[in-house]
Amino acid sequence: MSKTPQSRIWIANGLGMLSRYNWRKIAEAIALPVGALLFSLILFGIFCAFCGKNPFAVYGLIYKSAFGSWRSFQGTLLRAAPLMLTALCTALPARLGLMIIGNEGALVMGGLGAIAAGLLLSYGSITPSPEQLQNVSGIPSAGVLLGMALAGIVAGGLWIAVVGALRHYRAVNETISSLLMNYIAIALMNHLVGGPIKDPGETIKASSFSLPEMNRLINLPTTRIHYGLFYGLIACVIAYFLIQRTTFGFAARTAGGNVKAARIAGLPVGKLTVMICFLAGSCAGLAGMAEVAAVHGRVNESLVAGYGYTGILVAFVARYNPIACTLVAVLLGGILSSGGALQRTLDMPDATALVFQGLVFLVILFSESLYGRFRVFKEPIAPIAAPPLPPSSSTTVSA
Amino acid sequence: MRNIRSIYVPRRQVIRGLLATAAFGATSKLWTGCSSDSATSNSTTESGSGTGSSDQPLVLGFLYVGAKDDYGWSQAHALGVKEIGNLPGVKIVEQASVPETKDVQEVMRSMIDEDGATAIFPTSFGYFKPHILEMAKQYPAVQFFHCSTLWEAGMPENIGNYYADTDEGQFVAGRVAAQTTKTGKLGFVAAKPVNPVIRNINSFIMGARSVKPDVKIQVIFTGDWLEPVKEEQATNSLADQGVDVIGVHVDSPKVVIETAEKRKIFSSGYHADQTDLAPKGYLTGTTFYWAEFYKNYVDMIKAGKKVMDGSIPRVIQGSMKEKYIKLAPFGPAVSEAAKKDAEDAEAKIADGSLLVYTGEIKDNTGKVRIPKGTAYKMTDPVLDKIDWLAEGVQGSVS
Amino acid sequence: MAAEAIGWWGVPLGILAGTLRSSAPFLFVSLGECLTEKSGKINLGLEGTLLMGAMSAYAISYLGSEKWGMSPAASPWIGVLVAGCAGMVLGFIHAWLSQQPKVNDIAVGIAMIIFGSGVAFFLGKPFIQPQAPQLPFFELGRLMSNVPAVQSALQISPLFLIGVGLAPLMSWFFKSTRPGLFIRAVGDSPDAALAMGVSIKKVRMLCIIAGSFLAGIGGAYLSLVSPGSWNEGISSGQGLMAVALVIFARWNPVQCLWASLFFGGTQAVGPALQAVGVDSGIYLFNAAPYVLTLLIMIITCSPKRTLSGAPGALGTISG
Repeated sequence: MSKTPQSRIWIANGLGMLSRYNWRKIAEAIALPVGALLFSLILFGIFCAFCGKNPFAVYGLIYKSAFGSWRSFQGTLLRAAPLMLTALCTALPARLGLMIIGNEGALVMGGLGAIAAGLLLSYGSITPSPEQLQNVSGIPSAGVLLGMALAGIVAGGLWIAVVGALRHYRAVNETISSLLMNYIAIALMNHLVGGPIKDPGETIKASSFSLPEMNRLINLPTTRIHYGLFYGLIACVIAYFLIQRTTFGFAARTAGGNVKAARIAGLPVGKLTVMICFLAGSCAGLAGMAEVAAVHGRVNESLVAGYGYTGILVAFVARYNPIACTLVAVLLGGILSSGGALQRTLDMPDATALVFQGLVFLVILFSESLYGRFRVFKEPIAPIAAPPLPPSSSTTVSA
Repeated sequence: MRNIRSIYVPRRQVIRGLLATAAFGATSKLWTGCSSDSATSNSTTESGSGTGSSDQPLVLGFLYVGAKDDYGWSQAHALGVKEIGNLPGVKIVEQASVPETKDVQEVMRSMIDEDGATAIFPTSFGYFKPHILEMAKQYPAVQFFHCSTLWEAGMPENIGNYYADTDEGQFVAGRVAAQTTKTGKLGFVAAKPVNPVIRNINSFIMGARSVKPDVKIQVIFTGDWLEPVKEEQATNSLADQGVDVIGVHVDSPKVVIETAEKRKIFSSGYHADQTDLAPKGYLTGTTFYWAEFYKNYVDMIKAGKKVMDGSIPRVIQGSMKEKYIKLAPFGPAVSEAAKKDAEDAEAKIADGSLLVYTGEIKDNTGKVRIPKGTAYKMTDPVLDKIDWLAEGVQGSVS
Repeated sequence: MAAEAIGWWGVPLGILAGTLRSSAPFLFVSLGECLTEKSGKINLGLEGTLLMGAMSAYAISYLGSEKWGMSPAASPWIGVLVAGCAGMVLGFIHAWLSQQPKVNDIAVGIAMIIFGSGVAFFLGKPFIQPQAPQLPFFELGRLMSNVPAVQSALQISPLFLIGVGLAPLMSWFFKSTRPGLFIRAVGDSPDAALAMGVSIKKVRMLCIIAGSFLAGIGGAYLSLVSPGSWNEGISSGQGLMAVALVIFARWNPVQCLWASLFFGGTQAVGPALQAVGVDSGIYLFNAAPYVLTLLIMIITCSPKRTLSGAPGALGTISG
């Protein structure tokens, strides 16, 4: 027999109210990655101490160079921008149960498509003659950029759609085919810029012709972040809603859960596979377009900078969640920025950044296994005698 | 309670990530007020006036595309930088493995804003366009010195160039190779068909043919600057074809030289002295001595000279005469006559009586590229446009 | 040194030499991955293991003969052993992490690529420049021909022969031994393995560690046999490709051998053709291995039958 039934009801009610916000889960969701990050910093600190560096100086430097000021944070965001898009190339098909690692290839193809469209729209030819170079067409730069973005999307999309189609219609393993297609795309790009679309004026590095200055992707006002960051953010939000809130996304997730069941339910699994793969590739293709339009202004081997492979990791750490992809990309951007500072200021070798990256991701991946392991974050078992919650608060949706 | 939780399951990750990074973002925003202002004001004063004063060290920023110890291009530069690092009043900031992406700009920016660098030396060709052009526009008070001859009128005034032309070294090495080969077939393992590589192949064969006019050279492009497996296969394939002297222009010639030694054929090196790698077969090689440049620059910048007002020359270019490049010590396989010949050629090059690019020079399709009676000096910009392979080269650039 | 030119014969010879010379890393990594995947886990991190193996083998071979007074004949072999052990350490990390609940093995693999290559590059800095004693060859060509090109092509590394011998051995191990059965059971149906009283965790742990040991030896081959040098570009994606080859080879060790030989051979096509003067489209020739592999997969796969030999518990990705 309870002495204070009233207070127990209060507590139960209170817990009920709070549990609507699931505060323990939120606390867990904050504490675990932050804890993982801190732990990986400790590990890295030990590593640095072994190298004869003061770990605390290292921590200060990492913070300062990645997130310490608005100007360094801009550097972090800049590095994060392409990663958000390439991460989607793995994250989207993963919902269908496909393991695609062709991000780098799709990015390169997107860049090639974008430069082709950009040069065609600006000069009327992919290999413009000196006269053509003199008169830039009257198409407004927004139009040219739109054309480039579309071309990048289509080129990257088709590249991965082939992987999806091979998977569905020929049962070719998508992981290996997309990996092979990376190498093929890079070879194709090198071949094209080395011959067919080469700018003969550029003798030091085989490149395509350059876009005119006016048709480049510009920076956000007062910052040095180009609009490619927005492409990433918008694409991630769209991808999130597409997967979580539309019938298309529902169908994809169903097929990803159980192909046989999806077939029985009458879902067009083949079409879904190809479409999701197209969307995935188009995201990476858009990343390629942004790199070409905002950074390089042309296509050459610099386009292959490992954004694709890093994107795979971002997708995994974000657990294929498009919104989480943006945040993980920012975290990684920060790590990439701080790697440079460690070299410049503390005179550590360039590989230190790789060690740091590897440690952070291994520990974060390990932290996934800790969900639900800590008592603190567990929902307490509700008191047996607790009355049902008031009707107003129990109108919860079951997904 | 069960259904309440079920809504949150798909969002758990979202919230987790969101809050984690929001925390980062928030702190960074909050801290902006106190840290960034002071940082930027510091850097502007430093970059504005710091050049001449003696109490502040002269800060120089160096960027490398590879590792500092790649035994190749980047290492050759880093060794030069090491020599000026000990000079009084000089502080070096270095960053290696900087990819040719937006990263380059970010690194240069950090060197200027955070480390107070007043002169930046990006050492990779690929850094020039668009990255250096972009940064030079944004930081007109900072001097950028790029290792190339790419500056053209209309580009920002605060960019200077420096370059050591290897053609003369390769020419002499080619003469040595021609006097050593028994089969009359030379080989060349090259990375990519771009101007600096093509010129090295051309001057190698031109040197060889100035001794033995019927010598031929077979080129294999591996397709990238660092491809150890392909480099080994290329060297072996050349050896299979009866090639007995191999020249090389890849990022790290170690594999090619070692493989040539294993196949018991001769090799002619690049970047640095590689005698130790092939004690029997190494003939000689073109080696850089970047420290000369860097010492020179340090002196000029310390004296308050600037490339913007012309007190530092726009392009500092040189070759054997200036000791920017040297031939590596001859290996045991080089005959006394060949040594003598090479020293004579070096002397002639140094006094200007021998120009490598003296017409008539045909390309390997028979077309005359440099007509009779025309001769180009090493510094002539025409040479930077060469995209053809000279007569006697078996290979093509596309 | 008076080698007569062998002309177009250089192409098949070059491909043969390439096959014998550069397929061993693919072979070792794919055998290691085969063992790992048979137990139901994927280890993409073998690229990092390969680099780590290459670095540690070269470092030990160099340090052993130069600093620690070992004989130059012994130190490379100790290097090979240490490379395998370095691989085992990375393998242990992978095995332990990827068996935690909710942790995706592919993700761990990619993180291990970064970590492994990072550690290898970090520790490997001082060893890029010096020369380390190399492993010996069997001069098979000496017995058969006087042509130096043939002699060089038929220099066979004992390490390669070990790899070739290992493939059928592993095949027999899977088919006919009790531990092999356990591994297959763990990979195909963990429940059945549990019922047999096999510890899934232990079996997978051992398989991943043994697989990484092989990958480490593959790395040692890179730095001590061919190309026989240590630098940061030494693997250039070979570890990743080898992992892909296992799928190509349908998880059959003997087919891994064929796939590795095929891949090693096609890699030599580009340089061999250029040496005889076919030189347009170098990049496309260099992509030949990838295009051919893809084509073969497209031709041989069919949606009507599932991949035979695919371990049942493999590649189930869960968010």
